[in-house]
Amino acid sequence: MTVNELAAMPGFKTVSLPDGDREINNIYIGDLLSWVMGRAKADGAWITIMSNINIVAVASLADVACIILAEGVTLDSTVAQTAEMKGVNVLTSDLPAYETAMLLKI
Amino acid sequence: MNQMAEPLVFRFDVDGDNFTSAGQASVQVKKNLRQLGIDPETIRRVSIAMYEGEINMVIHAKGGQADVIVSDGCIEIILADKGPGIANIEQAMQEGFSTAPDNIRSLGFGAGMGLPNMKRYTDEMQIDSVVGEGTTITMKVKY
Ligand SMILES: Nc1ncnc2c1ncn2[C@@H]1O[C@H](COP(=O)(O)OP(=O)(O)O)[C@@H](O)[C@H]1O
Ligand SMILES: [Mg+2]
Repeated sequence: MTVNELAAMPGFKTVSLPDGDREINNIYIGDLLSWVMGRAKADGAWITIMSNINIVAVASLADVACIILAEGVTLDSTVAQTAEMKGVNVLTSDLPAYETAMLLKI
Repeated sequence: MNQMAEPLVFRFDVDGDNFTSAGQASVQVKKNLRQLGIDPETIRRVSIAMYEGEINMVIHAKGGQADVIVSDGCIEIILADKGPGIANIEQAMQEGFSTAPDNIRSLGFGAGMGLPNMKRYTDEMQIDSVVGEGTTITMKVKY
């Protein structure tokens, strides 16, 4: 599925969607940034509760398709703007990481 | 990509005080490599290895200098700082070893996976470090 399709599903809210046509091919769940960079694959959905500014660079450099903030975690508007500018898709979900992952059709 | 007559050199100063902008050099290198038409997997390897090294310079060494040299078939990343140096390189290379303070860990860094990631994503990696003088890390990604 694409990030646009995911964003349209009930339960997901859009924070930034500059590159919504990207296809989601895998899922990685984690909050420690070096683990994400070491283990997440390109073109995946990265589900996390980490919301500081550094997640934008990590997502961009690790080339994931989107960040999904789980557990109802929100993003500061300045971070959201940076994500938009850097071409990083960010969605949010109120569910825990595992339940969020179960909703993805990949 | 096209044959390159001369290697291209990109140089960056890495600011040691600003944690929110950490990673800027890596993000810029990613852009430059894209414009050069380098393949996405190579860009990803260079980006992650360089970002880990850049973050280390910010966390552990109060900044430094990053050079990226792009030539035919090889991208070389040289990260040089005048920080405290690494006393035991073998220990520092182990997954999970970290001296990062708690405030850094709360940001999601300091998992002790940076140097292992740099090794994992590059074809060659060399650490030259002198305690009290600084550290220079040289990495090569072939493509
Ligand atoms: N540029 C550097 N200058 C001084 N020490 C460093 C540098 N890079 C890494 N180190 C040391 O090596 C350890 C392991 O580094 P790394 O694997 O990146 O883990 P982390 O950065 O999460 O602590 C660091 O905790 C630090 O003690
Ligand atoms: Mg590190």
